Amino acid sequence: MKITRAEVAHVAHLARLTFGEEEMDKFTSQLNDILLYMEKLNSVDTTGVEPMTHATVLHNAFREDAVKPSLSNEQSLANAPDPRGEFFRVPKVIE
Amino acid sequence: MELYSLTIHELQEKLRAGEVTAAEILASVYQRIDRVEDKVHAYITLMRESAQAQAAAADAAIRSGDIRALTGIPIALKDIYCVQGFTTTCGSRILHNFVPPYDATVVAKLRDAGAVFTGKANMDEFAMGSSTETSYFGDTRNPWDLTRIPGGSSGGSAAAVAADECIAALGSDTGGSIRQPAALCGVVGLKPTYGRVSRFGLVAFASSLDQIGPFTKDVEDCAILMNVIAGYDPRESTSVNLEVPDYRSFLSRGIAGLRIGIPREYFIAGIDPEILTSVRQAIGTLEKAGAKCVDISLPHTEYCLAVYYIVAPAEASSNLARYDGVKYGFRSEEGRDLLDMYKRSRSAGFGDEVKKRIIIGTYVLSSGYYDAYYKKASQVRALIRRDFDEAFQKCDLIATPTSPTAAFHIGEKTDDPMQMYLSDIFTISANMAGIPGISIPCGFTGDGLPIGLQFLGGHFQEGTLIQAAAAYEKTAGMAALMARQKQAKMNF
Repeated sequence: MKITRAEVAHVAHLARLTFGEEEMDKFTSQLNDILLYMEKLNSVDTTGVEPMTHATVLHNAFREDAVKPSLSNEQSLANAPDPRGEFFRVPKVIE
Repeated sequence: MELYSLTIHELQEKLRAGEVTAAEILASVYQRIDRVEDKVHAYITLMRESAQAQAAAADAAIRSGDIRALTGIPIALKDIYCVQGFTTTCGSRILHNFVPPYDATVVAKLRDAGAVFTGKANMDEFAMGSSTETSYFGDTRNPWDLTRIPGGSSGGSAAAVAADECIAALGSDTGGSIRQPAALCGVVGLKPTYGRVSRFGLVAFASSLDQIGPFTKDVEDCAILMNVIAGYDPRESTSVNLEVPDYRSFLSRGIAGLRIGIPREYFIAGIDPEILTSVRQAIGTLEKAGAKCVDISLPHTEYCLAVYYIVAPAEASSNLARYDGVKYGFRSEEGRDLLDMYKRSRSAGFGDEVKKRIIIGTYVLSSGYYDAYYKKASQVRALIRRDFDEAFQKCDLIATPTSPTAAFHIGEKTDDPMQMYLSDIFTISANMAGIPGISIPCGFTGDGLPIGLQFLGGHFQEGTLIQAAAAYEKTAGMAALMARQKQAKMNF
């Protein structure tokens, strides 16, 4: 086993997801297959190879720090599930 | 000949000559949609009324002499681009009610060029899939055989073009999501170089791999759309500030003298023999037309899929962290507190494939596993890119099959993720290296399913791909073959 049910549960918590019992079994089994397949990378010699994180040569893309028009409060709140006045409302955070 | 069956360049001639109006073209396309959409299900959202207004505006512009690159041309948009005022779902329940307050850059460019938007095309949820079966809004059927998948993730865009439910479409490609459905639906699909087309307003999946590109009925239309969408965008920091050539100027250059690399790792056991035969024949046709074929090797090909299924989920797990039920999208009403609300909203809002990839991504990035998976994969990715850099010393472009099989049946691979992932085995490498790739039709299986030929080029060499693709299309007489096959097979 590359990944146990308990590890999947822990990672799910980190990713803010929950699963039912049956779903958890199916996922754990499929994830094991996928992680086993990834083992093949261990046969590649990557000594001294610089990791590639982007497809093109990147430079910092600076721009002038100028004030430009942006979305209005109204537009920004238009898609909110529970807007209140000028705010996004969420369930209670503190006891 | 119905107007809906024509290409962009054919319709443009008719519009310029005053033989048809944009309103008539749109009416023809919608007549087709009304006839076939309940069978194909290429769209999530139709934009009938706004399209009629756009067509009317196009006709007014034509009367005043203002004819632009896409004036009056009905185009479908993958439901992954923000379109101001129109629901943009990304195929997911979590965005089922999201109405963007702005246009993606590609959408704004198409608008400026005079295009008419038919609707938002179906797709795998968050572009994660190879069959369009993971869409929250139901699957799309392959117009060549309604019991089969259209490919994915941009399956709705490909099927809409193939079924003449639009004249052309836009899709996005993270591991093959334009080229594989283009191959399976018998249309032309181009994934440009990373950075060639702005991703501003594209819902992000894997930000170092995602790229936007066109689906068209022929190569000339592909060049026309590329002329409109390519170019630097100050709002997108990875878009590249390089001059954009006139892609149409490559259409008639022919193929004589071009060196085509044939990578031995792409002609292997496991590929459908009919596909191998068809692709080899296509290469033979190119040689007869004056291309020079050279054997090349891309030794790290066999690792592409493993690298992809580390890198793409890692980036996705980070990108999809924003869906929390607070600012937009689906929120579960049952949350006891904030954390519980996040978990319930995300668990009910995302489908299985998306959740699986978020878990993989979170796992490979988590402390203790980062070096073994993400860092290792990023190193092998550098070697994959190096393979291509070395190959392009010996050739101008590379020819391969686009997909190892033709369209498979609905449900055939949904329970076996590894089998599904193998559908992208020949397309993923281009996203890894950031290079452009095009898929064009090159024949049909005995069952009458389309087969795709893929060309890969060096960074920013889209022109060379269009040149070779146009030469092949012409030499092989693809337009006539496609018309005959459509007549025989697409009997609805």
